[in-house]
Amino acid sequence: MQSQAKPLGDIAGGIAPVPIENRKGVGRRADSLFSVVAALSGSLVLLILAFMVLSTTNTALPIFRAEGISFVTSSDWHPANGDYGILAFIYGTLVTSAIALVIAVPISLGIAIYLVEVAPRWIKGPITYLVDLLAAVPSVVYGLWGVFVLLPLFLQPAAELLSSVLGFIPIFAGPPSGLSYFGAGVVLAVMIVPIISALSREIIQTVPDDDRYAAYALGATRWEMIRGAVLPRGRAGIVGAVMLGLGRALGETIAVALLVGSATTINTSVVRPGYSMAAVIANQFQEASGDHIKALVAVGVVLFAITIIVNIGARLIVWRMAD
Amino acid sequence: MNPSSTSSTREREETGLPMVPEAAEPVEEHKTSTSAVFTIRDLSVYYGGNIALKDVSLDIRPREITAIIGPSGCGKSTFIRCLNRMNDLIPGATVTGEVLYHGQNIYAPDVDPVAVRRRIGMVFQRPNPFPKSVYDNIAFGPRINGFKGNLDELVENSLRAAALWEEVKDKLKKSALNLSGGQQQRLCIARAIAVEPDVILMDEPASALDPIATVRIEDLMQELKKQYAIIIVTHNMQQAARVSERTAFLYTEVDEETSNRWGILVEHGETGLIFTRPKDKRTEDYVSGRFG
Amino acid sequence: MNLEINSSRPSARRLWTNRVATAGMAVAVALALIPVGLILYYITKNGLAAMSWGFLTEPTPFTFRRPGGGFLNGLIGTAIMVALATAASVPLGILAAIYLEEYGKRGWLAQLVRFFSDVMTGVPSVFVGLFVYTAFVLPFGFGAIMGAGALAIIMLPIVIRSAEEMLKLVPLELKHASFALGASKSQTVLRVVLPSALPGITTGVLLAVARAAGETAPLILTALGSLKVTTALIGEPISALPLLIFDGARNPFAAGQERAWAGALELLALVLIFTLLARIVAARSKISR
Repeated sequence: MQSQAKPLGDIAGGIAPVPIENRKGVGRRADSLFSVVAALSGSLVLLILAFMVLSTTNTALPIFRAEGISFVTSSDWHPANGDYGILAFIYGTLVTSAIALVIAVPISLGIAIYLVEVAPRWIKGPITYLVDLLAAVPSVVYGLWGVFVLLPLFLQPAAELLSSVLGFIPIFAGPPSGLSYFGAGVVLAVMIVPIISALSREIIQTVPDDDRYAAYALGATRWEMIRGAVLPRGRAGIVGAVMLGLGRALGETIAVALLVGSATTINTSVVRPGYSMAAVIANQFQEASGDHIKALVAVGVVLFAITIIVNIGARLIVWRMAD
Repeated sequence: MNPSSTSSTREREETGLPMVPEAAEPVEEHKTSTSAVFTIRDLSVYYGGNIALKDVSLDIRPREITAIIGPSGCGKSTFIRCLNRMNDLIPGATVTGEVLYHGQNIYAPDVDPVAVRRRIGMVFQRPNPFPKSVYDNIAFGPRINGFKGNLDELVENSLRAAALWEEVKDKLKKSALNLSGGQQQRLCIARAIAVEPDVILMDEPASALDPIATVRIEDLMQELKKQYAIIIVTHNMQQAARVSERTAFLYTEVDEETSNRWGILVEHGETGLIFTRPKDKRTEDYVSGRFG
Repeated sequence: MNLEINSSRPSARRLWTNRVATAGMAVAVALALIPVGLILYYITKNGLAAMSWGFLTEPTPFTFRRPGGGFLNGLIGTAIMVALATAASVPLGILAAIYLEEYGKRGWLAQLVRFFSDVMTGVPSVFVGLFVYTAFVLPFGFGAIMGAGALAIIMLPIVIRSAEEMLKLVPLELKHASFALGASKSQTVLRVVLPSALPGITTGVLLAVARAAGETAPLILTALGSLKVTTALIGEPISALPLLIFDGARNPFAAGQERAWAGALELLALVLIFTLLARIVAARSKISR
């Protein structure tokens, strides 16, 4: 043991012990100052949210006052005449999001279950990476790609096929257009698949292996095990994941603005053009002025209210799962 | 919250716990109670209202190793964490009684726990170096304490004192996480020394180490006690017998009705006496391996 | 009773269901991978066709009809606004995460902040733009600061929640080691906890930056867009790559559309670089742990 250590200052040889000296006031004050600053930063989120609601609602107030309930029950949107009824936009937002969910939910769940329960180890990484890549693509890039690639390649032919085969049903009636609720819904589906599949994957991973073994031990096939043991366990979490995907679809703006067809009336047929709340804000803002702008802000307030309800619902479900 | 004084007095009579340390055979000449590093009186700890440690009174002398032994759950770690107010970090923990550090009560209302920890070093059960370089690990304490002086020299001296210098002098800038477990633990000792304490608390410092690394830590402790008072918690009686001058035996009492458990100090004294001629039956049972 | 083990084999129908379900999952994966391939292929192909040195270094011409020119105005605008938004949201987000993990813990305020940070990540970005418009653009006019403010609000909850997750992973023993050396709470947090969590926090920040760089809708309402190269922070509209791509996608002229493709390639490359950096940082920090 090399102990040629020089004595460490005063402590060697039992010198009079140094009494405990409290930190100077600065040290203690720095401590409490830091905790206050941190708490304020945390509270900032709440302040911003509250300010968001107040500021936008305040600007939109004249429109809400003037239009009353007809703001959300009428589909007359004629800014030149001062008519602001947004029912067609609410309808479009809901229909495009519904189409997106119909397409995206089975695909997302398929991917999630495949990755957790079926995929060989070597393929999991690449697939996960590629699907996550979809989440990184900006929505304006989806829009551009949707309009110039997907529209001629798939959306227009698919719309035509749908209306020629199922055209007798009003919701598929022609004349078909790729720039439609359907076209926007398909692109929205591509955008929310990575969200729903990533969240569902995490939830399915938390199902304990014991549950799986229990099902296998009863003689279940893999699919029976998944249906009987995995999905029931993860159901609430998967519903939460789907609702978060829905929240994203409801608020998605640019891709929908480019693909939905920009018709301000309600069309029963999904292969006809329409509009969504977010899209009308993005498309009309630059040309708007005066009350028209206030009306667009009012559209935003209604959109916010809808997404916030969906989001809070989703978060509550996911949070309950986590506890 | 005040612990019953009658029971604590009875405890002392039963266990022959000396009211003043001189009652035990003096190991060094010239000891008075004021020269004790720690004078602990009626120390009790509660977690959320449940008592965890009851009425411990004990003196810790400078330049000696004091071992704290006892069965698991008897409050050894709780006790040692009272001595540098680490228990303050546990929500709901309250401490009553007195812990005098060189005569100054570290639980007095005007004492800042942060200042207490700057005077009293601690080494933990598992080596816990910061994910920083070897150098920055040692320099951490001096830096936060506003050390003005030759930091390089202090780092070298601390590493030498922990018998680690020769092994790491060429990799001071490398991450401390690359060291072996035993080296990491000696690094943690060096890190504690660097803030120039006069006591080092060690909470089972070798329990996560292999036998060879353990021997090196024990050798190191023998060097360190020339300058520091060392208090070591250990579940290993051989280790206590090997390294310490004095030993304190803690034991778990159980309330049969509520099945609450708490630790008490059964007896303490010279290590040789505790292991060969214990005064209390429970100590005898424990050191002879009848339970624990 | 038939004890032959094969007699208890699942029926043919059950085995077929199992096979069909497995095939269905493979189809789902394929359906998700097709758009990935199509997007990467067409952005690269059409983007490269229109890409040139001039595109990267020249501003946008005054009409969509005219070929040539580029998105320099947008690149500079995006750089300025994302940088400002990062500078504002990262310190605040990390401080908020420190509050949640080290001070607030499971208290009511912390739980409220946590919940509403989660909710805030779901607020449509166009609404964030409307908010900044009503609160700040109306009195002060369009500008880089306004766009950056909107992006910062979008980044903030992402930074908070990812940083909190990383702070959670810092072992308690490290904090205790620091406290035992006489470090105060703020010293422990700033010198031990934060450095230990830094690689993970960096990952979250890079992902938030990637998200902000691709945002279009809030910038329409706050930065407005401009054909001029400008570095002014306030007082005049400024452009951004996504805004120019959006304009290009909406116009009927080939020259404008080609620029949009080149711009999409530029933007996607930027976003993917940040995403990739995030993954590298995350992977390296795992090794060092």
